[in-house]
Amino acid sequence: MTIMYTKDHEWVRADGDLYVVGISAHAAEQLGDVVFIELPEVGKTFAKGDDMAVVESVKAASDVYAPISGEIMEVNSAVVDEPAKINEDAMGAAWFIKMKPSNASEIEALMDEAAYKDFAENS
Amino acid sequence: MAQTLKTTPLHELHLSLGAKMVEFAGYDMPVQYPLGVMKEHLHTREKAGLFDVSHMGQAVIVSDTHEAAAKALETLVPGEVQKLGIGRQRLTVLLNDSGGILDDLMVSRPPTDGRLNIVVNGACKEDDYAYLDARLPAGANLERFDNRGLLALQGPKASAVLAKHAPEAAEIKFMRFAEIEIGDIMAVVTRGGYTGEDGFEISTWADDTQKLARLLLDDDRVEPVGLGARDSLRLEAGMCLYGHDLNPEISPVEGNIAFTIGKRRREEGGFPGAARILRELADGPARLRVGILPTGRAPAREGAKIQSTDGTDIGVVTSGGFGPSVGGPVAMGYVSTEHAATGTDIQLVVRGKALPARITDMPFTPHRYFRG
Repeated sequence: MTIMYTKDHEWVRADGDLYVVGISAHAAEQLGDVVFIELPEVGKTFAKGDDMAVVESVKAASDVYAPISGEIMEVNSAVVDEPAKINEDAMGAAWFIKMKPSNASEIEALMDEAAYKDFAENS
Repeated sequence: MAQTLKTTPLHELHLSLGAKMVEFAGYDMPVQYPLGVMKEHLHTREKAGLFDVSHMGQAVIVSDTHEAAAKALETLVPGEVQKLGIGRQRLTVLLNDSGGILDDLMVSRPPTDGRLNIVVNGACKEDDYAYLDARLPAGANLERFDNRGLLALQGPKASAVLAKHAPEAAEIKFMRFAEIEIGDIMAVVTRGGYTGEDGFEISTWADDTQKLARLLLDDDRVEPVGLGARDSLRLEAGMCLYGHDLNPEISPVEGNIAFTIGKRRREEGGFPGAARILRELADGPARLRVGILPTGRAPAREGAKIQSTDGTDIGVVTSGGFGPSVGGPVAMGYVSTEHAATGTDIQLVVRGKALPARITDMPFTPHRYFRG
């Protein structure tokens, strides 16, 4: 299963007709212990790059941007209840939302694993 | 950028411990170590944390006698300095002519007559020193101790850790200090700190600071703690961070630190901005610093608007975040005084949404000082 990344450290992977979105393990490590997360409501639509969610550590709040355009179909309430999951399993159990893309070709413009690894190491 | 920043005597140690470094007060300082802000915070409340606070300004005001030095400093601060006993420290504030706070500082009286040691905020020290140089009356002079380092050892195990090397440290009471030898290092050790926990601030010659830090870190109960946890610890303790909770517009009455204004000074005045400050003491200030507990889980950060429950703006958050020991969000800020009573329901505007909160007493976590 291919995972793609944005320059703002979100990841996206296909799940049937939907795309699952989260933040990268690298981003979670940079943030430190996550203490609060705010996710969008199901049914809301976002354009690629819109503020979509907020992740907060003890020190600071960080915006999470929509990696692709689309509608929110599902949110991960488990990660809202237990934001520390983001530090434990950012790429897996701590996914944020599932989106129905309005333009699936947007995902092709994102970085693959190797490109993101290179980007994250040099940014 | 990095090469233009100043460094403390512990810079090499921070790097070797794997600290994440940030600019603070013109210094390259550790914001956190590999343990992370949350665990550093909790470790300090459970055992002991070691903080590098060498960026803070250490200096001495020198005059012929204690009385002369104290009277000179009292022209710029509202505290009772003349009656400060030998070996004692207290918090005071440097005032501008409008009664606004230029800095908060510790003043202490060493045994040598005619000297008052001060510790000022790192970000303010150059301005403070210039102000003191310009405004101290003739006969009193400021001498900088730029060749000294400062460590803070904070937490319930701090006393036992320090007593291992210097048993007399355990006997020092809150807001008192003594010059003692730790190992073979001469140090001025003050009981107190910026976390609400029992602990010490330890001043040494800069050449000895790293050696002392390594000695203290050798103890399993001690973890190095960065600026991130320093901030969350002081916020839970209800203490002000200069430049955020206090600034040149805010008086000590508004800042809810009127305890820094001595009883005699309230009668006599004679400090900058006395007219305003004495009026605020008599009639109440227009705004007041208060503690705020958000009802939900979203932290409200500095700059968040404070509203009454009908949506009217009544103030602003000056410090806010997540309190690891509280286990939820905590904040402080200024509200107009009619809304400042403990228990008042308010709302905080976070990302455009009004979230419920309540005015609460501070500290958020109980102070645990050693008063002997």
